[in-house]
Amino acid sequence: MIDWSVHLPALQVIVPMLSAPLALLLRPRGLAWAAAVAASLFSFAIAIMLTIGVLAGRNFNYQMGNWPAPYGIELGVDAFSALVLLVITGASSLALLAGRRSLDSDIEEERQPLFYAAWLLALAGLVGIPVAADAFNIFVFMEISSLASYVLIAGGRDRRALPAVFKYLMMGTIGATFYLIGIGLIYLMTGTLNLADMELRIHEVADQKPILVAAGFITIGLALKAAVFPLHVWLPNAYTYAPNVVTVFLAACATKVSLYLLLRFDFFVFQPNLVGHDVQFSYFLMPLAVLAILIASCVALFEKNLKRLFAYSSVAQIGYILLGASLVSVAGLTASVVHIFNHALAKGALFLAIACLATRVSGLRLENISGAAQRMPWTMGAFALAGFSLVGIPGTTGFISKWYLISAAFAEGSIGVALIVAIVISSLIALAYVWRVLEAAYFGDINVNTAPAGEAPAGILTVTWIAALANLYFGLAPSLPVTLASSAAESLLRHVP
Amino acid sequence: MSSSTAILVALALPLVGALGIALAARIGNNVREGVTLLTASALAWTVWGLLPELMAGGRPAVSLAEVLPGVEIAFSVEPLGMLFAALASLLWIVNSIYSIGYMRGNRESHQTRFYIFFAIALGATMGIAFADNLFTLFLFYELLTLSTYPLVAHKGDAKTVQSARTYLGILLTTSIGLLLPAIIWTYFVAGTGTFTAGGILAGKLEGPAVGLLLGLFVFGIGKAAVMPVHRWLPAAMVAPTPVSALLHAVAVVKAGVFTVTKVIVYIFGIDFLFAEPSGGWLLYVTAFTVIAASVVALRQSNLKRMLAYSTIGQLSFVLMAAAILKPLAEIGAAVHMVAHAFGKITLFFAAGAIYTASKKTEIFQLRGIGHRMPWTMTAFTIGALSMIGVPPTGGFVSKWYILAGAFQAENYIAIATIVLSTALNAAYFLPIIYLAWFAPEDKTLQNEHGEAPFAAVLALTITAALTLAFFFFNGPLVLLEAQIVQATP
Repeated sequence: MIDWSVHLPALQVIVPMLSAPLALLLRPRGLAWAAAVAASLFSFAIAIMLTIGVLAGRNFNYQMGNWPAPYGIELGVDAFSALVLLVITGASSLALLAGRRSLDSDIEEERQPLFYAAWLLALAGLVGIPVAADAFNIFVFMEISSLASYVLIAGGRDRRALPAVFKYLMMGTIGATFYLIGIGLIYLMTGTLNLADMELRIHEVADQKPILVAAGFITIGLALKAAVFPLHVWLPNAYTYAPNVVTVFLAACATKVSLYLLLRFDFFVFQPNLVGHDVQFSYFLMPLAVLAILIASCVALFEKNLKRLFAYSSVAQIGYILLGASLVSVAGLTASVVHIFNHALAKGALFLAIACLATRVSGLRLENISGAAQRMPWTMGAFALAGFSLVGIPGTTGFISKWYLISAAFAEGSIGVALIVAIVISSLIALAYVWRVLEAAYFGDINVNTAPAGEAPAGILTVTWIAALANLYFGLAPSLPVTLASSAAESLLRHVP
Repeated sequence: MSSSTAILVALALPLVGALGIALAARIGNNVREGVTLLTASALAWTVWGLLPELMAGGRPAVSLAEVLPGVEIAFSVEPLGMLFAALASLLWIVNSIYSIGYMRGNRESHQTRFYIFFAIALGATMGIAFADNLFTLFLFYELLTLSTYPLVAHKGDAKTVQSARTYLGILLTTSIGLLLPAIIWTYFVAGTGTFTAGGILAGKLEGPAVGLLLGLFVFGIGKAAVMPVHRWLPAAMVAPTPVSALLHAVAVVKAGVFTVTKVIVYIFGIDFLFAEPSGGWLLYVTAFTVIAASVVALRQSNLKRMLAYSTIGQLSFVLMAAAILKPLAEIGAAVHMVAHAFGKITLFFAAGAIYTASKKTEIFQLRGIGHRMPWTMTAFTIGALSMIGVPPTGGFVSKWYILAGAFQAENYIAIATIVLSTALNAAYFLPIIYLAWFAPEDKTLQNEHGEAPFAAVLALTITAALTLAFFFFNGPLVLLEAQIVQATP
């Protein structure tokens, strides 16, 4: 019997990529959506199978067309990429399942097949990055996912999305170019693009200066794409004016993929080869992470538009992920990787709940949702649960991340204490901005003219609750993300002295 | 039933009951109330069934899941938790009887929702009582806050919702902002959060950090209502009286003082805290709260608000006893939780009965009411005497132990506070008793009413009888609680 499971890494990319043109051809209403859901769920199933394989100790390495690496194209999946794949495909599936009605109202009917095709391309590009094992394919997938997500963001009726997406496009292109410059420099010095090969060959390079420059370009380029403070300016408006369901998808995974890549390059490729790289990495990113956590949280506190509020909160949460990594310890990286998973769950559920609200209220400013909980108790219940997870209340996933982050900081001595204070303060700010929304919805005066007529449609509500309950489940039984994250952290750190 | 199963049954019963109440409500109101009473009785039977093993020195325990390394969801029964669970489950039966009379007598709306959340709140209370570590305790602490919110906001009008907002806002922000950091701090310093006889912090923490951690705990546990985090309690009085009676005189507020006491005894350890001067402030803050709350109570004209401030004072009284940090005083603190529970629930029951029968809420309206509602006012009198600490009521027993502890520690501030608070309690309770029994009726008011519904009167008679009985039969309880301090080396 042929062991078909060895082909899983390739299928992970091929399924959504080949479904994209298919969706384009399906003209009758709803079929394109159904095809997109089917492809996305299929990718999700593949990601789950890959995860099961990884947990069982398998290492997926796949040579396209049996051409051996480093000459052929190599694909590979380890614990870290499996976790990221789960996040991407899961977010895409939930968003699509929830989003039929919401997208019907956001996207004109004749454009829907195009939209779903773009969605599947974005999905293919995003899953391609963690699967690919060489720097140039990663670049190609990055471009596919970026171009497709510009289309997704600008695809709605809101014309304000156009300037937002233009800004995103400009900054995204600069980021990608920086990355390409870095790769070019390394290629010049080593003559290889395969990451594993690159790691070995950099040893042989006598002059480290170009490699150092390459490391700078790649780190900054990816930081731009990952919306690391202060390179986050493209993110808030892009998230705010995108169609609601697109925000769910992108907020859950788009920046995470760039963070994944950032960690992979810095820890796999540069760490073993550059003298003092860990110290530079830490000194460069830790202040940025702390600033992100504090400043972006404060901005969120004074923001009145719900989607922009949580977009700024995303910038702060990216700070948490970076803060864990900048500690350069197993505990810190575990916290960092676990938070990629947990934040996707919390933010995904929050934006789903916001999409539920949007089906019934006219605007998404705080005053629009005043008293909404009286009419939409289930929506706001899910919102509250996801909000608590964002704050980090025990019993939810957010607590697991904070726990690992604080324990990592605790091991760092006096700097650690300062970091813990920053974490606690920003958690309290998070509590305050989540509370502001809850307060408006639960205690605000209900306006008879603009108040929602009733609960959101059952379909989107069910998906929202699945996401919200996942926050509870992985908060009480976190072994899956924690196992993946700690094994990812250990493999990332194998070169650190 | 093995005792570890019994713990899980005690936790699950109220939740199953809540489900049963929701289903039974479709059949009829009598069936629904039947399910409530049945659940309450089954819970009390299960909890009290654990008592013999505890008296024999056993510590049944059960662990459910390990969430993170060293952080478990686990339960165990020790004397303080046993006392709290036994008290709450017993009074839930009485309170359910009372609720039937009160809710029907006042034709309250949403009665099914009321009974469902009441059951969930009791489930959370059991979780707090039996929690084996700080993490588990915190989960149920938050569940209790959230499940009581719909009960406080029951009426649903603007004023009620505003008060409920204060309630939720204070309890959530203090627990997340102060208690949670304290818990995480404890885990990282001590490597564990399990309640252990003698404490877990000795040798791990010293100097001002001890006082700071204690502060995070005491003010983070907002349910203990130590000033200045007491404002939620008067706000919660907008709830229907059965909620004020069981939850805001027994379950919720006792969850607060219970948690603080448990932290002092099992996390810090009384000897460690006694030797550490930076924790000494607790005595002064609680003593201040006792006096200040009594003075404020003196100035209230609304009966339920007066009782709320009296509760604030009594809660700090328990904490002050715990803060004396001497064995006899710790026993006194535990005994006072019980004595105060019996007395205060009686007082609230009486206030609710007066409201149901006559719609009177203010103290000055109570002139001569004793002749129209003799059972209610007799019970009220007994409850009030217990608050003051007059024999033969339960309040005397606990004052005795606390005073003994204060003398043992030669703590003159505590002694002075006890004396002063007794005088203040007398000053605000005795006038009511006088008005009710000896003042002539105010003819301008609508006075044509009799006793409250039978169920309500029955309930308050039972609790008044318990208040008296506790004076005579407190031996087993004292023996049980003595285990806490004997266990401390």
